[in-house]
Amino acid sequence: MRKKMRLLTSLLALLGSFVLVASACGSSDDSSDDGGALTMAIVAPSASDDLAFSQSMVDSVNALDREITLSITDGTFIVEEAAAAIRGYAEDGIDVVIAHGTQFGASLAEIAPDFPDTTFVWGTATDTQGLGNVFAYSPASDEGGYVNGVVAAAVSESGKIGVVGPVEAGDAVPYINGFTTAAEAGGAQVSVTYTGSFGDVALAAEAAQAHLANDADVLTGTAQMVVGAVGVAADAGVPWFGTQSNQTSLAPDLVIASQVYHWEVVLEEMLDLRDSGTKGGKAFEINLANGGLVIEFNDGYDLSDDVRASADAAIAGIIDGSVNTGA
Amino acid sequence: MGDFFTTSVLVATAASAVRLATPYLLAALGETIGQRSGVLNLGVDGVMMLSAFFAYWTVLETGNMWLGVLVALLVGLMMGVLYGVITVFFEATQGISGIGIFIFGLGFSDLLFRQQVGTPKPIRRLPNIDIPLLSDIPYIGEPLFQRNLMTYAAFALVPVTMIVLNKTTFGLNIRSVGENPQAADSLGVSVERTRFSAIMIGNAFAGLAGAALVLQLGIFQPHLTQGMGFIAVALVYFGAWKPLGVMGGALLFGLVNAVVLQWKALGIIPVSISDLAGMAPAVVTIIALVLLARRVNAPAALTKPFVRS
Repeated sequence: MRKKMRLLTSLLALLGSFVLVASACGSSDDSSDDGGALTMAIVAPSASDDLAFSQSMVDSVNALDREITLSITDGTFIVEEAAAAIRGYAEDGIDVVIAHGTQFGASLAEIAPDFPDTTFVWGTATDTQGLGNVFAYSPASDEGGYVNGVVAAAVSESGKIGVVGPVEAGDAVPYINGFTTAAEAGGAQVSVTYTGSFGDVALAAEAAQAHLANDADVLTGTAQMVVGAVGVAADAGVPWFGTQSNQTSLAPDLVIASQVYHWEVVLEEMLDLRDSGTKGGKAFEINLANGGLVIEFNDGYDLSDDVRASADAAIAGIIDGSVNTGA
Repeated sequence: MGDFFTTSVLVATAASAVRLATPYLLAALGETIGQRSGVLNLGVDGVMMLSAFFAYWTVLETGNMWLGVLVALLVGLMMGVLYGVITVFFEATQGISGIGIFIFGLGFSDLLFRQQVGTPKPIRRLPNIDIPLLSDIPYIGEPLFQRNLMTYAAFALVPVTMIVLNKTTFGLNIRSVGENPQAADSLGVSVERTRFSAIMIGNAFAGLAGAALVLQLGIFQPHLTQGMGFIAVALVYFGAWKPLGVMGGALLFGLVNAVVLQWKALGIIPVSISDLAGMAPAVVTIIALVLLARRVNAPAALTKPFVRS
């Protein structure tokens, strides 16, 4: 009986581990057996279809105008798991490995020197840690935050706006700073809550509830846990502003605009450099000027022409340098 | 700080605390029943996640919330059967078996979500239902009597669990096999059957907790529970294996979370220490556990498989 017990326990743990691994690789998209295609892999911290950070990269790679064989390991919220996946892809001879998360930087510093022929793409980060085979990328998320803030202040009737953030790090900070600068310039009072978690949907929902209790009538937020906050906004009939990916599908009548990351703009440059023999060593930024950031307005929301015009003016001002986002 | 002590904000904070406490309370009540029978289940979080997914998927496909709750309950029962077979009939080590259940629930819910749903899609959230007369009571009417049916069910299960554990033969059997299974066995109580039943009930409660969570949020995402099941296990210790104590722990945990969020929204907690303040609920729970652990005794046979001598 004891042997059976140990065997069963081991089998259960093994089954659980197998399912976990299977799910982590569940969205792998080894779509081509064409030997000539560029092989790319994405290691992302959350689900590849999270309507936020991870999805923005998956959508961007799929938008590249190249023949690509793409593999994805997502849901690697534990950095050690991500590091194992990054190393695994490099050992498998993948041409370009994207480590999509600031938190993967330390792991990459250890792994990248072991694979000089592999190009690693890491973000959000503003430097390559001095590694010759690492490209870095970051979004000027303050720019979209600013545009969203301009519109938010214009549509808010109570003059109070709530922001739900994850932890005070990465692209969340400039987005929220840009948003706050514009909304306050428009006469609104902005309240920011960092929940302390990238994944706690329940906490994000309650943070949104707290803002509503304080008379906020417009909400925004960033990171994958905001899906809970969008639900609260939808229930309360309060407009929402998205970032990272287009979040209109979460509340088709209430999402006014989303700042969408189009990483393909800088990925194309990186791949061109790689083709010419440069495997890394350069940092890139997506912004409104280079088309890496796009403000996608929801046609389902009846935004007045003058507010839309002020948003367009803010975009133009940011691009020509006449508007300071305050980030 | 003055902004916090206004009626509307205090009421909203209390309502938030009750909402947050609901899934914890359901899961912890179920775990209380299991632990009183001598079975520790560290897989609560996995059961919650799997149940939450099935509840979500059912509602997404059918639009019927109560069918979603029923499916979550059934998933909880099925996981209970699995855990019962492993720990009661095969006498497996409870700690590692629970971890296995957790990993299974985590991975399988994730896999099913990717395969069947993909991008998160919103579903209807549970509507709040006003209890006539009681919902009009100043201050406490809104947080306590303008809630959804899952919240009412969670709090109604507290006295029910108390009665079952303390006033029924089945409850006496549960307590007996949790304290001294050999003695209970010698008196003709089936330890295996009693523990199996307690595990089934506990997992069914965890299933309801998953349903409550996902139907309150109106959306599912991989890793939705974020360790709620483990907190629920801690709340059982916090509540000294008593349903009332567990309810107090769940409410305290929810309240600390709600107050911290409200203080952040009001700017009372500056952004610079925001992340630090977010640890407050866990810190309060740990402190309370340390203080309480010295004063209460766990069921004597907790985590010990029963082997008839």
